[in-house]
Amino acid sequence: MTFEITLSDEVLALSARRSYIELNARARALQLLDDGTFHELLGPFDRVESPWLPMQGIVTQSDDGCVVAKGKIDGQPAVVIAMEGKFQGGSIGEVCGMKMAEAFRLARLDNEKGIPTRAVLSLESGGVRLQEANMGELVIAEIYAEMVALRKHTPLIVVITGPTGCFGGMSLAAGLASYVVMTRQARLSMNGPEVIELEAGKDEFVAADKPFVWSVNGGAQRFATDFADVLLEDDADAVTQAVTELFRKGQPAQLRTDKYELFIKRLKFLDPAKQWVAEDIRNAWKAVAK
Amino acid sequence: MTDPLNNRGRKWFEALTGSDGKVEGNPGSLMVAEATLGGEKAVFVGVAPDANARFPRTGHTEVGLEEGWYGTKNLRAVIEADKNGPKRPIITVCDSKSQAYGRREELFGIHVAAAAIIAAYADARAAGHPVIALIVGRCVSGSFLALAGQASRMIAFDDPEVLIHAMYKDAAARITKRSVAELDKLGETIVPMAYDIGSFNKLGGLHKLLKIADPDTPAPASLEQVKATLIEAIADARKSPRNLDARLESDGAKAFRKASLKVRQMMTEQWAAC
Amino acid sequence: MEILNFEFPSSKVKARRAHVGVVGSGDLEILMEPSVDGETRVTIQTSVAGFVDTWKAVVERFLQQHPEAANIEIHDFGATPGTVALRLQQAVEVSKS
Repeated sequence: MTFEITLSDEVLALSARRSYIELNARARALQLLDDGTFHELLGPFDRVESPWLPMQGIVTQSDDGCVVAKGKIDGQPAVVIAMEGKFQGGSIGEVCGMKMAEAFRLARLDNEKGIPTRAVLSLESGGVRLQEANMGELVIAEIYAEMVALRKHTPLIVVITGPTGCFGGMSLAAGLASYVVMTRQARLSMNGPEVIELEAGKDEFVAADKPFVWSVNGGAQRFATDFADVLLEDDADAVTQAVTELFRKGQPAQLRTDKYELFIKRLKFLDPAKQWVAEDIRNAWKAVAK
Repeated sequence: MTDPLNNRGRKWFEALTGSDGKVEGNPGSLMVAEATLGGEKAVFVGVAPDANARFPRTGHTEVGLEEGWYGTKNLRAVIEADKNGPKRPIITVCDSKSQAYGRREELFGIHVAAAAIIAAYADARAAGHPVIALIVGRCVSGSFLALAGQASRMIAFDDPEVLIHAMYKDAAARITKRSVAELDKLGETIVPMAYDIGSFNKLGGLHKLLKIADPDTPAPASLEQVKATLIEAIADARKSPRNLDARLESDGAKAFRKASLKVRQMMTEQWAAC
Repeated sequence: MEILNFEFPSSKVKARRAHVGVVGSGDLEILMEPSVDGETRVTIQTSVAGFVDTWKAVVERFLQQHPEAANIEIHDFGATPGTVALRLQQAVEVSKS
């Protein structure tokens, strides 16, 4: 006797899908660039590692957790910067931060010379690397400076898929992006849940309540409240496709950081005395639309 | 630790501008005023304590949603007003304990509010405004990035109450699972981890570390000293490229940011080669 | 953190360079390059101190199977001997592909 196994469309779609979340930083850069165009800069064998971690007895990684690769996207010159969330939580130290800042600077210089190099930043980051504290702060400021300069020339896309998510200094980098692509599994917020609970108490934030945390900073909420432009399932090819389509679309009508009139209108309308939940803010955003 | 209501930032803002910085329509925590400095008009910005802050997690000099978005609006207005004429210097008197930590802040997107004021400062600098950060007190974590990070020139008071850091010591100890004593010990050898402003200065980020007789009270002589330093920094910024390279080209960076310089050199070479 | 250095005489010279792994919890990063002087050198940075003999055994077993001379650099973040062996094998495969 034989059984015929019938799989639902949903299961079939899942099995055909390749996860982006499970890819390491280098594989993500390969995934985003056109086949055969990947050219890594300051790769593992250049061995430019953190000078500060060994002084504290912490094992280094040969690329300091940041992969920079030049290549093409949709046939156009591009640079991809991918943070490795598994190494030191994707934290920003001197070397990896400087690699990021330089990638943006060099892309901007290309654009000024008439080479329309575009940029994608694939983020997994807990924020500044506390073992390199003030060096991280300085380098992050330099990253922002270059992002603001580059996004005048070309769309700058930030991809956040998880599992680490995007926090601290790098959440502001997402704020500066021309477009933000997220998955449902991704989280994006300035302060980590534990830090908020520590600073403000459990009435304000319960870090252990995962559904609550996701309701605040998860991809679906960020997309619904216009802090992300695209919401995806965890599918590597879908990420590449979303990035390609955003570049084809060109510059956004208005950068998120230029929407101060809209946000001030929203701030005036909101009642800050009450404690808000995710659903409230979705409704409030609709009420103050444009 | 400075008492939040010590108000050092507000005192220096008022001494430099002769104004309390209140502007109709702005939140009470945001100080903005125009004043004459070295024979030209300059715009002064700052964040002050505000007992009537609308958002409960702000009011003690935090950079929150309102500080970010209204600050952005005010800076964008300066850029627009000076679009076709002389670019006024923008001087931020920094004494801000941190970003605001709260649920509303995250739900309403404080990461974009902070990014917005950063972009406004960066665009002002790129447009030719000398952007100066005068760090008279605390400038920690998000408040450093939001208020000082994009400055053409950063000046800090050489004083134990002045603090620039990624995170306060007690929180950093908890998160890195170290004791405060261990952190202090590490700071002695790992310069970027140290909490004193002298160590921060070693990294080359500051244009000047300024010894002030009484940093809590802007006496006339000290005020003149600060003004002279600002005027010099403005002139220096005007004759330099409108980026942050001064930090990386400093003697401090040559000594303590060798890895940064190596990354820049090697990336530039490898980029050109492919 | 502990730093270990091993040297082994080796004869056959081969292999392109290979990079595998991540310095994440329970994992390790390996950089493998052909050696120019016929010696095999293994440098290990490990977050867990006190396992010199285990490391020596894992590396020796690997080199018995793969006597190609190579410079091998390992950045370990608490990987088990099994994971180390798998990553070494993976590095060899990458170096031959």
